[in-house]
Amino acid sequence: MFSNFDLDKLAKETLDSVAPMERRAFLKMGLLITGVYAGGKVLQVSPAEAFGGHARKSYKPHYGMVIRQHLCIDCERCVAACTRTNDVPSYGYRTRILEHREERAAGQKSEFIPVLCNQCNNPPCVRACPTSATYKDKDNGIIRVEPKRCIGCKTCMLACPYNARYIKGKVVDKCDFCYESRLSKGEKLTACAEACPAGVRVFGDVSDPSSKPYSYIYQLENPVWVLRPESGAEPNVFYTKG
Amino acid sequence: MKAQAKTSVLSHVVNSFDTSVLKGWYTSLGEMVHGTRRYYMTMGFFWLIIYASTLVALDAISVGYHEAYGVTREIPWGILISTYIFFVVTSTGLCIISSIGHIFGVKSLLPIGKRAVFLSIVTICSGFVVILLEIENPFKMMLYNMLTPNLTSNIWWMGTLYGAYMFFMILEFSFLLLNWHRIAVIAGLIALFSGIAAHSNLGAIFGMLHGREFWYGPYMPIYFIVSAMMSGCAAIIFFTWTAYRINGKTYDEPMQNAMVTLSKLTVLLISIVLFFTVWKILTGLVGAGGKVLTIQSFLFGSYAVNFWVFEVMIGMVIPLLMMLYSRGRKYGIMAFASAMMIVGIFVMRFDLVVLGQVVSVFHELGVNEYKGILSYTPSFHEWAIVIGALSVTALTFLLGEKIFKGHVADEH
Repeated sequence: MFSNFDLDKLAKETLDSVAPMERRAFLKMGLLITGVYAGGKVLQVSPAEAFGGHARKSYKPHYGMVIRQHLCIDCERCVAACTRTNDVPSYGYRTRILEHREERAAGQKSEFIPVLCNQCNNPPCVRACPTSATYKDKDNGIIRVEPKRCIGCKTCMLACPYNARYIKGKVVDKCDFCYESRLSKGEKLTACAEACPAGVRVFGDVSDPSSKPYSYIYQLENPVWVLRPESGAEPNVFYTKG
Repeated sequence: MKAQAKTSVLSHVVNSFDTSVLKGWYTSLGEMVHGTRRYYMTMGFFWLIIYASTLVALDAISVGYHEAYGVTREIPWGILISTYIFFVVTSTGLCIISSIGHIFGVKSLLPIGKRAVFLSIVTICSGFVVILLEIENPFKMMLYNMLTPNLTSNIWWMGTLYGAYMFFMILEFSFLLLNWHRIAVIAGLIALFSGIAAHSNLGAIFGMLHGREFWYGPYMPIYFIVSAMMSGCAAIIFFTWTAYRINGKTYDEPMQNAMVTLSKLTVLLISIVLFFTVWKILTGLVGAGGKVLTIQSFLFGSYAVNFWVFEVMIGMVIPLLMMLYSRGRKYGIMAFASAMMIVGIFVMRFDLVVLGQVVSVFHELGVNEYKGILSYTPSFHEWAIVIGALSVTALTFLLGEKIFKGHVADEH
């Protein structure tokens, strides 16, 4: 497996000068890449973020989502399904597709980036909430809202690194991975994951080795990243192009 | 033993109660009746504004804040939050500046004490009026602050500590009126500590948002305290001058000394805030991405007028020069300079709140939706509430001057 990788023959090199293949091989030795780049922009190399994060705070089930970004065609069926299922007001959204267009790019000029609440392990919105109206569900790690406690101070909207919070009536609402509308009623998928015709959104228990999202996250062939890793929120929505 | 202690405290209270206080209250009512026509006209003017803005606020409540206010999902905090901050910054500043005199015993600042304490209560109340109309369910706050508190939340600490602050400020002022100076100092000290803790928590609300790089870091809580002191100086100079105009009083020697000290203190504090501002910009500019974009937006972009004209020139540089020129003796110039500072500081708070949000959290992704600077324009409803709250301050100040007879200083 590592036939072309002989430590003794390598000269001293900085990380910058390591050839991509060598770096890949190095990473295969036991580091997992997450948060490498988002939207084509290098943000951070974070060793074993996903493995470490989940081992530290594991829920059963530990819900998460993998976005296979390259497959998204911006049909927005996910957005429509979400709005329908979760009674999202016309001016709001729980999930959205962003477009990254690069005229100078060779070949494909556009890519689409679906975004939603990242159900973080270290959620900034939960820390900021004065009345514990936003909380992390102890059983499944989903960030949920208790409407009667919400005072509408909107600090969570500012704290969220993913612009995932919106006002609905007098309460600051958010995506709950369809917990209220579907999961708690025995459904296995979120509305957006079910509606996606291209298989972009892979939803499930990321702590279960037999689950689909697990197989996309815990592998070493394709880079997996998260959005805005520098915020330290430890999201549970992962992106890949594999 | 205990009972004895109790009776001795009680007898102490009874003995120390100055009956002239009651007489004073009675004559205050007399003064109210014998105000000048100009005084009543001004009061009526502010009453009208408050009445009109109450109607607008009620309209905002009935149509819903989402419709009535200019804030958006991307910029959820607008001019109402910045005005709230403006008021509480001023209140905390007044508390700190007045404490230098009547708590820490710096004699030259004693004459401003009572008025500053009164004004800090007035300004915090005006701030609460604004926040009451900003938060969607303010009354739930009081309930769930107690039932399900989140001790890691800065908002929780700020709300709770400002509650305590207001309570102890009112207590302090009441004791001052009763001439119970020793206990007033204790209440004042507790108020000062809770005020500083509350105010640094207000800064930390911004400083601890690790998803917002323009705010994130220890700068905000520290800056908030320093700029509060600057605001406190401006407010006490402006209101003292106005009060002396209204009451037609001349500055006695202790007050003349107080004004000299205040002018020096103002010069010092403006210089410190200028120093802070310079380093905030310089450190921010060497980074990359959103923070640089934010700083460019107020150095050269759409917020440049706000920054250079209002914050720097009107808020700091020109008042600094005017204060130096006045030497603490030309009160008209000092009052004008402090009025300019108040205007500048109002814009400072607005920029501080809005600029932290103008670059989207998704800016770094390079997506089409969030490439540039986001914009926010306050709505009519928001402006009306701001003007209403400012009028509350003005009206209560005018009332206070009559009722408390120009906040005459007592011997400590």
